[in-house]
Amino acid sequence: MMNKFKDIIKKFMISISNILFKPFRNIGFLASVLAILSGILVGFFIMLIVNPPYAGGGLATILFGGFSKGLTGIGDVLIYAAPLLLAGLSVGFAFKTGLFNIGVSGQMAFGAFLAIFVGVKWTFLGDFQWAVAVLAAILGGALWGLVPGLLKALFNVHEVVSTIMMNWIAVYGAFVAYAAANLIGSTTQNAQKVIRTGALPTWGLDSLFNSNTIDIGIILAVIAAIIIHIVLNKTTFGFELKAVGLNKDSAKYAGINSKRSIILSMVIAGALSGLAAATLYLNVTGATYKIETYPISQGFEGIAVALLAYSGPLPIIASSIFFAWLKVGGDQLSGWGYDPNIIGVIISAIVYFSALGFVFRKVIKKIFKKQFGGEIL
Amino acid sequence: MKKLMNTIKDFFSFIHQKLTQNKVLFIDGNSVKVLNRNVNPRLFKIVSILLIVIIVYLFLYIFGSASLFFVLRRSIYVIVPLILVAFGGLYSERSGIVNIALEGMMVFGAFIGIMFIVKFEDSSINSQVVYLLGILVAGIAGMLFSLIHAFASINMKANQIISGTALNLLAPAFALFVIKLIYGGENILFRDNYFVREMGFLTKIPVLGPIFFEKGYYSTFYTIIIILIAGIFLYKTRIGLRLRACGEHPHAADAAGINVAKMRYFGVMISGLLAGIGGLLLVVPLDVAFRATASGYGFLALAVLISGQWKPFRIIVVAVFFGFMLNLSGAYQSINFLRDAGLPDKVYSMLPFVLTLFVLAFTSKTSQAPRASGEPYDPGKR
Repeated sequence: MMNKFKDIIKKFMISISNILFKPFRNIGFLASVLAILSGILVGFFIMLIVNPPYAGGGLATILFGGFSKGLTGIGDVLIYAAPLLLAGLSVGFAFKTGLFNIGVSGQMAFGAFLAIFVGVKWTFLGDFQWAVAVLAAILGGALWGLVPGLLKALFNVHEVVSTIMMNWIAVYGAFVAYAAANLIGSTTQNAQKVIRTGALPTWGLDSLFNSNTIDIGIILAVIAAIIIHIVLNKTTFGFELKAVGLNKDSAKYAGINSKRSIILSMVIAGALSGLAAATLYLNVTGATYKIETYPISQGFEGIAVALLAYSGPLPIIASSIFFAWLKVGGDQLSGWGYDPNIIGVIISAIVYFSALGFVFRKVIKKIFKKQFGGEIL
Repeated sequence: MKKLMNTIKDFFSFIHQKLTQNKVLFIDGNSVKVLNRNVNPRLFKIVSILLIVIIVYLFLYIFGSASLFFVLRRSIYVIVPLILVAFGGLYSERSGIVNIALEGMMVFGAFIGIMFIVKFEDSSINSQVVYLLGILVAGIAGMLFSLIHAFASINMKANQIISGTALNLLAPAFALFVIKLIYGGENILFRDNYFVREMGFLTKIPVLGPIFFEKGYYSTFYTIIIILIAGIFLYKTRIGLRLRACGEHPHAADAAGINVAKMRYFGVMISGLLAGIGGLLLVVPLDVAFRATASGYGFLALAVLISGQWKPFRIIVVAVFFGFMLNLSGAYQSINFLRDAGLPDKVYSMLPFVLTLFVLAFTSKTSQAPRASGEPYDPGKR
């Protein structure tokens, strides 16, 4: 009787640990962790070279800077993370379907324009104004993604070129569009801020994180990530998209309409970018859309976010929060006399090391065989 | 008399033979049978290019105005680095390594090059010598920087897009970090001592003078030489052929005794060299300070490379078109019918990108990247 009970307990514990630690035994996860550690080590070495006495303090600030302001700091991390998550999701989704979407910036820019237009002008919508603005952002991004999709599917135009071109069209188009729609803000380089009802609501997050800039952007982003995860991994539609990405010709042979899949992939990627723009600009106190001759930088940071997560929708949640965490920590680095640009160096080192994932995976496999004599997932 | 007739006949048959595809059969001495009457494509190409050049020259000679020459001059500032960087991408991708790190390599090359020329800006050394040395330094810096990409993608068989993205992120962040450390600000100010107003009697040549030999840089000429050498090298030499083989079918290349890894290292390093030089050549004419960015020209060069379908001549054509269109926005006001149209000036800035999309839609149907580009070479595969 006692033995049987012990057995049950043991089995229960094993299954619990399997569930809890399964992600930690995942080789991709471990490779990413190794890449992160190596990248931070590079940053630490640079700080050691530049100014040895403060290197330890600097490292601590990078790692734990997010905590220093309590919940407000964590709120800041989530504010940074939301657009990064969605931009990364856009890139990652396109990667999964065999496309390289460098055009997140342009898709964000057009989404931002429509969203700001609705958020400023369509006051008659009342409490629904923000929701319509979000939909407008999604629509704008999707339209901007549709063009490269059509060009790729119908005319075999390489999506890298067409998305780069679309970025620049959006950059210069913004000058014309904001002037024509009368949306230029306090200075000629800023777009107008949306009005209160056009901004994303807070749903109590502001009092939770004791911050007046946080909104539901992060919630929207996480929901989007979960939906994309389900679409890609649990539906026929997602399977078709991935199949076309792996091999267009064999997918065609299997009866999949590859042209339709390519177009839809780009449209969805664009829609995600548009949503990213909504989380970035639909607020009263946060970031402002800048009308300048350079594409939105979050679009390119999204590439790094997606790559660190090997394009998986759920890992992208973690990697975007991690990057935002580094950013918040890095902003406090000047207190130790270091330039915050070191965060850029660290992030690029992390991305570089995650490119070496192949080698890391080999190392991890070896260690696991030696230490535990077992295989790894 | 008959002898003379025969020589003339021989001469014409010789010309005919040269003009046709050389598929000529000789039957019993002097009767000639032509199998294929198509004109020799190479000859056709050369003749048509010459014709176009002559027509453009005449056109400019008759209709050329100071403002048009101004636009063309400004365009050269952009076209030259654009071709150079796109050729860098060409070397890398032809050897089988996808290189989206062109932007980063440009930034890094420009960064080191600018640091160099700023250091010698006030010295007594001739400024043109300093600039030439600066170009060399920028090239070498770009080359060393590209080794990071080469190591990851050749030795470590890494995903080349990830590694390239890392380089694109690294270059500006690193440059800004070092600039803050050394110069204290956000940018490096430099003086443009390398600008040349007139280049002797060459400036007096109609059309060519005001475009190439006035208010320009001597660097334009050595870059044109580099471009020519780079293009010919890739297509007319044994090493060039081997390099391209590594990008199309590395296994076959390996079986033929070519060291694929070595060839790919060579391709990526040349790519870094050209991109580094291009970075410096782009920053110096267009700005008064280096702000740790190449303003997206690396990505434009990538677009030029792909629109040019990985072929040198097409790349040059695309880059010339693109560079000209990019500068039209700065000068449209001096062109009558464009000014009267009354459109906002940013519409002209948008134009090159929109037009490129249209052109691509018509020309990309058969576009094909080097077959093995992006794939790490694994001798054990297959």
